[in-house]
Amino acid sequence: MSESAAPGIDTAFPLSPEMRAAIIAHARREAPRECCGIIAGRDGAPVRVYPTTNIAEGNRFYEIDPKELADLEFRELPNENAEIVAIYHSHPASPAYPSRTDVELAFWPEAVYLICSLEDPDKPYIRGFTIRDGQIAEVTLPA
Amino acid sequence: MASESTVQVLIPTPLRRFTDGESRVEVSGATVGDALDALEARFPGIDERVRDDSGQIRRFVNLFVNGQNVRDRDGIATPLSPGDELGIIPAMAGGSAA
Ligand SMILES: [Zn+2]
Repeated sequence: MSESAAPGIDTAFPLSPEMRAAIIAHARREAPRECCGIIAGRDGAPVRVYPTTNIAEGNRFYEIDPKELADLEFRELPNENAEIVAIYHSHPASPAYPSRTDVELAFWPEAVYLICSLEDPDKPYIRGFTIRDGQIAEVTLPA
Repeated sequence: MASESTVQVLIPTPLRRFTDGESRVEVSGATVGDALDALEARFPGIDERVRDDSGQIRRFVNLFVNGQNVRDRDGIATPLSPGDELGIIPAMAGGSAA
């Protein structure tokens, strides 16, 4: 089986302006805590952003509520013929690059990891990565 | 002593490399631990992703029986009934520290 559930989007991820805006809005709502969520896709194309609950403590970690994740992965998305194609979280006060913790806890290597930085509150930005076997590779997002 | 139950194990995307791509696997067992043993017997290597060396559920894995987290029940000793669904969910977690 291929490492990637959706060939192609792990090198160039077609994040739409609406999805980008939704992630940034979520990051701002949660700040100074980190936000988190997933993007569902179908036939290799991202189709919908699902904000989720961050159950981690403090302002420098995230963990998607595992119950919400189980419901998405095993019920809601299969029912819609969709699957998880990306995971997003925010770095409220640091650059959009995977931390050591992000790499250590990257248990979904098929997904694209999107990180939204609010380091400069007036200039939020998102970068995308794959994290596989401890290796970080940048995924191109639309300008 | 509880009898064996046939249950469905729901396999998350990252573990389907162990199950030939199957998202749903039928196994028998009286408890969650039994079902994981049966899963490992069929798909060697998968249990190492779920339980640690001491046999406990890994910190960054959650198991659900019919949608209920087994950490809120009896962990791997949680009993299974015929037709139960056992979902395995690796964490989506990280942070901005370190
Ligand atoms: Zn992070």
